[in-house]
Amino acid sequence: MHRFATLLDRLSFEPRRSAKLALLGDYFSRESDPARGYALAALTGNLRFRNAKPATLRALAAERVDAHLFALSYDFVGDLSETIALIWPHSEAAGSGRSPPLGEVVERLERAGRGEVPGLIAAWLDTLDETGRWALLKLVTGGLRVGASARLAKTAVANLGPLSPDDVEEVWHGLAPPYEALFAWATGKGERPETDDPVPFRPAMLAHPLEVRETGTLDAGDFAAEWKWDGIRVQAAAGRDRTGALRRRLYTRTGEDISAAFPDLVETLTFEAAIDGELLVVIDGLAQSFNTLQQRLNRKTVTAKMMRDHPATIRAYDLLALDGEDLRQRPFRERRRMLERFLVALDHPRIDLSPLVAADGWEALGKARSDPSAFHAGGDAAAIEGLMLKRWEAPYLPGRPKGQWFKWKRNPFRVDAVLMYAQRGHGKRSSYYSDYTFGVWRPREDGGEELVPVGKAYFGFTDEELLEIDRFVRNNTVNRFGPVREVRHEAQAGLVLEVAFEGLNRSGRHKSGLAMRFPRISRLRWDKPPVEADRIDTLLALIMDGATDGA
Amino acid sequence: MMRPATTKPTPTVTTGGDILTLTPAGLYCPRGDFHVDPVRPVARALITHGHADHARAGHGAVLASRQTLDIMAIRYGEDFAGSTQVALPGERIRLGEVTVSFHPAGHVLGSMQVLIEAGGRRIAISGDYKRQADPTCAPFELIECDVFITEATFGLPVFRHPPVAGEIDKLLASHRLFDQRTHLVGAYSLGKAQRLIAELRARGYGRMIYLHGALVRLCAYYAEQGVGLGPLEPVGERARDLAGEIVLCPPGQLADRWARRFGDPVTAVASGWVRVRARARQRGAELPLVISDHADWDDLRKTIVETGAREIWVTHGAEEALVHWCGSQGLDARPLNLIGYGDEGDTTDAVEREAGTLAEIRADATAGTGSAT
Ligand SMILES: [Zn+2]
Ligand SMILES: [Zn+2]
Repeated sequence: MHRFATLLDRLSFEPRRSAKLALLGDYFSRESDPARGYALAALTGNLRFRNAKPATLRALAAERVDAHLFALSYDFVGDLSETIALIWPHSEAAGSGRSPPLGEVVERLERAGRGEVPGLIAAWLDTLDETGRWALLKLVTGGLRVGASARLAKTAVANLGPLSPDDVEEVWHGLAPPYEALFAWATGKGERPETDDPVPFRPAMLAHPLEVRETGTLDAGDFAAEWKWDGIRVQAAAGRDRTGALRRRLYTRTGEDISAAFPDLVETLTFEAAIDGELLVVIDGLAQSFNTLQQRLNRKTVTAKMMRDHPATIRAYDLLALDGEDLRQRPFRERRRMLERFLVALDHPRIDLSPLVAADGWEALGKARSDPSAFHAGGDAAAIEGLMLKRWEAPYLPGRPKGQWFKWKRNPFRVDAVLMYAQRGHGKRSSYYSDYTFGVWRPREDGGEELVPVGKAYFGFTDEELLEIDRFVRNNTVNRFGPVREVRHEAQAGLVLEVAFEGLNRSGRHKSGLAMRFPRISRLRWDKPPVEADRIDTLLALIMDGATDGA
Repeated sequence: MMRPATTKPTPTVTTGGDILTLTPAGLYCPRGDFHVDPVRPVARALITHGHADHARAGHGAVLASRQTLDIMAIRYGEDFAGSTQVALPGERIRLGEVTVSFHPAGHVLGSMQVLIEAGGRRIAISGDYKRQADPTCAPFELIECDVFITEATFGLPVFRHPPVAGEIDKLLASHRLFDQRTHLVGAYSLGKAQRLIAELRARGYGRMIYLHGALVRLCAYYAEQGVGLGPLEPVGERARDLAGEIVLCPPGQLADRWARRFGDPVTAVASGWVRVRARARQRGAELPLVISDHADWDDLRKTIVETGAREIWVTHGAEEALVHWCGSQGLDARPLNLIGYGDEGDTTDAVEREAGTLAEIRADATAGTGSAT
């Protein structure tokens, strides 16, 4: 438990991906089975045991600590589990080296009945130090939240040997904690684990953003064009296991199994195949914006009403396997033909075909991208965020291979705004002012104008531009609030930022009543005085024009 | 509920109050006509230790340990007071109608508690203290007394400082794993920095340790006083060439432009506060090292009991919790709410910066805010 606790502790403070990988790698190579396998399971969200409720923990602490002292401490620390971890009284057993191995903790929790859990936790807390107790409480309350994704943990396992993260993904869903066979394979001590999983996750093929200048070097005729849907990318797989039973799964593009959230879709998977497509909410035959889909994603439990009001559909665009045959080495041209035939035969309203866009040449493609309605997208335009261009001859390759798939988004919106506040960044950027709050002008009651914040951005600029803005912030600070600096922003003095964004929503959370989607700094306008920045009317007009999410 | 009063006590109602009272400048002994650690200039001051929130310049006469006087001279210049007098540890000195003596507090080099004896009563003022072993200063000496005036910087039960060796090992483990990155450790320039170095040496780290300019003079002073710190060098103009080395600087420098020279350093912070994760994040710690020069909750309680005092005054820190605990033990306790202290606290960064890196701040101000209004 001690090494696992140290790992979680370090991960929770480490902002850098590469350093997180190094910490994970160091842990996996030093720790033995089964502890490292249970750690991997914990990090990937694959431990299943009865979680302890906050009330249970509170009660344990109340038996041991003065209520007033606990209240003062909780007030200072701000986090219940952490307060308990720190305040738990020292016992003789603490630091005696009798701290429980991670494997023992996991295995006993898996077997424990409801009534046994508090006693187990209390006994373990008695033997652990502060960091150990914190890690244990994170583990037993579920959800480590130390900033290391499942994908990152799998990557660290792959890095133990010559494997790629996608190699690990392919066998992952056929394996179970504590993953001894996986570690043996990764460290060169065993063969690739044999799994009889009929529905493995097949790592997704991803696209590069298309730069306009690339259209000069690429031949439009080499590519199939589809709409880029604003839903969530999924892989729907079904197949028969050795007993002949049909197994079905719905994966995200990172391999997360989300079957439980979409039972209405899973029950439609009555075939033996793997489809790559977009999960959309389709109402009355019209694909809905991401906003609508989000209402369903935000819910923890799926109700019948939710499934009725927000029916999920798969808009299919690729076929990765069919009747036991892996199709990924075939060119897109062939896979597409097979997909079309497959869907005709399936004939299910909840799984439909993502149509090809009939636009020849870059000029027509450019028009289709910015005005889907003019290219037969019809009412579905609300769920389109641009074009996908796929090379007809490309096999289905995991990851983001060069020159095969491109996404060509609709023109982002742009606005000239004035820098108002800057905050120091994190990690590598912690000594730079790299998070910016910017505003546009709005009329004041006395007839003048004032700036109102409309968004925040922390990327889009180059390293050189970061240095320039940082210098500007330090030289023009008018106020400090902890890590935040207010910078000069007057009609004739200040910095104008050109901000690009993807959409605009009304929002009660912001003073301006607006919330930008995906804002980033696209240019520094040293040439413009702040008084020439945009007015809030410009943004309000965009909302009127339908610049809302996904539109 | 059981919340103790948080208003300022009226000194006369306490049994110790006729010997010691509270004035705007801090604790004052009328019968001896002196202040202890006053926060503004006074005629006569007894100073417990050299931290900037306890030791200020501009007093008429100062009585303190040899090292505290030396440290004040290093920080403020030789003329930091009208006159100075050395108090030897344990030496009984008559001041007016009272007798005072200084006793090691184990906090930093030269740190002392002050004992005031008058009319058969003993009042001990702890200053800042710790009970943990520290190779860079004399250990805490317990004073039996009637009234104990204790600090309470870490006066909450969530603060239990771990053994220092384990924290040093955390730093060394990271140094092994990320051997191409500078390990930049934020530590207060007086006490913490030297203790960290000495503890690194005790764990076998023999390489050169590099220092921010603000730490150089005090480290040299510690070495002069016979504290073994091993090979040290100022960072100077070096930058990326210190990849893979351990560099110490005042905590305030971690987020400063100065820190950028190291490219992508591992940022460690050595402080008792980083035990609490939100506090560690606030301080920009990627590698929190829970090392403190103050008594933790267990040691505060232990010390209160061991002094035998029946009356406890709680000065700067988390007074409320400690006063509450004293009440539960049948001890008469009151918070003093001294303003202006806060060792290692949020205010100290500013105070310590003032003392340690004034030149740097001046440079920063002229270079950085030239065009600000
Ligand atoms: Zn101090
Ligand atoms: Zn202090």
